[in-house]
Amino acid sequence: MTITQQILQQLINGISLGSVYALMALGYTMVYGIIKLINFAHGEVFMIGAFVGFFSITKLDMGFFPAMFTAMIFCAILGVLMERLAYKPLRNAHRVAALMTAVGLSMLFQNLALAHSWIGASAKGFPQVFPLRKFELMENVTISSDRILMLVIAIFLMIALQFIVHKTLMGKAMRAVSLDKDAARLMGINVDKTISFTFALGSSLAAAAGVLFALNYGIVVYQMGLLPGLKAFVAAVLGGIGIIPGAMVGGLLLGVTESAVSAAGGSMFRDAVAFAALIIMLLVKPTGLFGKNVREKV
Amino acid sequence: MKRKLSLVLVITMVLSLALTGCGNQPQAPAAPAAPEEIKIGSVFPVTGAIATFGQSSLNGTQLAFEEINNAGGVLGGRKLVLINEDNQSKTEETATAFQKLITQDEVSAILGSVASSHSLAGAPIAQAAGIPMLSPTSTNPRVTEVGDFIFRACFIDPFQGQVMAKFALETLGVTTAAMLVEQDSDYSKGLAEYFRKAFEAGGGTIVAEEGYKSTDTDFSTILTRVKATNPAVVFVPAYYGTVGPILRQAQAAEIDAVFLGGDGWDSDKLFELAGDAANGGFFSNHYSPDAGTPEVDAFLAAYQAKFNSVPDALAALAYDAAYMLAQAIDEAGSVEGAAIRDALAAISFTGVSGTVVFDENRNPVKSAVIIEIRDGKQVYKATVNP
Repeated sequence: MTITQQILQQLINGISLGSVYALMALGYTMVYGIIKLINFAHGEVFMIGAFVGFFSITKLDMGFFPAMFTAMIFCAILGVLMERLAYKPLRNAHRVAALMTAVGLSMLFQNLALAHSWIGASAKGFPQVFPLRKFELMENVTISSDRILMLVIAIFLMIALQFIVHKTLMGKAMRAVSLDKDAARLMGINVDKTISFTFALGSSLAAAAGVLFALNYGIVVYQMGLLPGLKAFVAAVLGGIGIIPGAMVGGLLLGVTESAVSAAGGSMFRDAVAFAALIIMLLVKPTGLFGKNVREKV
Repeated sequence: MKRKLSLVLVITMVLSLALTGCGNQPQAPAAPAAPEEIKIGSVFPVTGAIATFGQSSLNGTQLAFEEINNAGGVLGGRKLVLINEDNQSKTEETATAFQKLITQDEVSAILGSVASSHSLAGAPIAQAAGIPMLSPTSTNPRVTEVGDFIFRACFIDPFQGQVMAKFALETLGVTTAAMLVEQDSDYSKGLAEYFRKAFEAGGGTIVAEEGYKSTDTDFSTILTRVKATNPAVVFVPAYYGTVGPILRQAQAAEIDAVFLGGDGWDSDKLFELAGDAANGGFFSNHYSPDAGTPEVDAFLAAYQAKFNSVPDALAALAYDAAYMLAQAIDEAGSVEGAAIRDALAAISFTGVSGTVVFDENRNPVKSAVIIEIRDGKQVYKATVNP
């Protein structure tokens, strides 16, 4: 393998990982945009989504796409319930209270998964639903069919999200609530419904990310959401928290950076670099990459 | 009358001690009216990352205790009672488990733990309390270096690393190898270190060494780096939970090399996690159900009757460790820590995983087997003697 081939292959590795972070970061950023809450339970929604997909395939004999759709619906409902039961009562409380609730929910979900007889502590292998096919882009640079699928679905979901946010009435309501909740209410927008919708949307994206992640890396385990969840949070901050295109770019950037660090021989420092990126960004430009140019927030 | 009876009992005890060749015990215990049970602790993880290891170990121990108790127990009729503390596959929980067994349950000896990192956390506690600890499966050399109360029933990492290096050089006839090492695992680092030494001493070259953490799930970047160096074999000394995804992602990355590992690969879960990517790999192990010795066949039959599954090496070693401890207690003629320690150090034991004598570092001198993974099954390949 030449250096160029290695770089290209590592770039593909990075973009694949980045697309997962991006999908998750969208959920963080939308929720933050609308109620100024960092939903730390988002990583667990990702994990639960992966498990719903896993069980839909292994126990209910579903195909991959129906399974992913089931996971998205399941997590959308979960997201709404989470907001209604845990966050809504705290909407007027101090923001730290809501933040701690989010951390608590994250632990609750992890431990429920750990205690559940279907999930438990040991990792499970995600079924190889599609026969493994590889496409050679050039000599020694390959991309597997699963990865192409992951990228295509991720891009499709991001476009769909942009469409929902910018072209639908509900999207308009989301943007309005994120700008000014009280003014939006005065304009006759159902704020509660809009917030619920945002949670449903963000959680279903996390579920999709979870299923795609499990398919590509071959593993589902109760703590799989922890690190990707934190990384997606970093990605959201990198791009500018509250800004949708920022989350996408931040996710991809973080994935590629991590792979680059690992590719340069620093595989033990990949997590450290990801979190160092967060600190540097907060020091240099706390509003994130897209912080100033794009005013539209959801 | 009562005094006379106890005198007779004491004399029999002393005589039995002398007969079993362990007369260095100064005082025989006072004979109890009813035979008192002997509490033995164990620290096996039945939940967490290496849960199948812990469950197999627990099964093996329970089977051995049951057989020993049915055959009349130890020390002339005293039954063995097992108290297992689950350390959840966590290092920090292991220390707590050891503390509890020693201070609350007041056990006479401890079997465990499974992973070397865990045993290293528990060993200083057992050593300080003077409670003999016998780990069935912790292969890192540092475990028994903690002190003279710490024993193990398995061979150690240097031997396992050497066996695989020798196998790669001589049987597979290769000269280039890459290593993927789990940096937060003493077991993985130990095997890798000795594999490197033996492989390089035998004329081979380690072309790449990549590190990762046990919590990692994306191995594609380090695998791309390994692929760039084009090794003939890739040594992955880790437990099945990370080996599975590594093998699967290596298949997707089209790495054309034979994958080698250690006894951490020994779990049916490996096939579930890796799928057909596991085929073609080799790993070193403590025992194979296909070895065909009378001890193995008897153990297989008893284990299958009780648990309805084929015992893995973890179960076999735990079974051996339990019997070894029982033999040591009998030979010591006492449940006192130092006496059991001395008896263990002098033991000569034949079990399922071979014949065991301890060297001066309380490490057993015994043979290893190489297992090939073929069509999702473990196939016995060879036995390697020390």
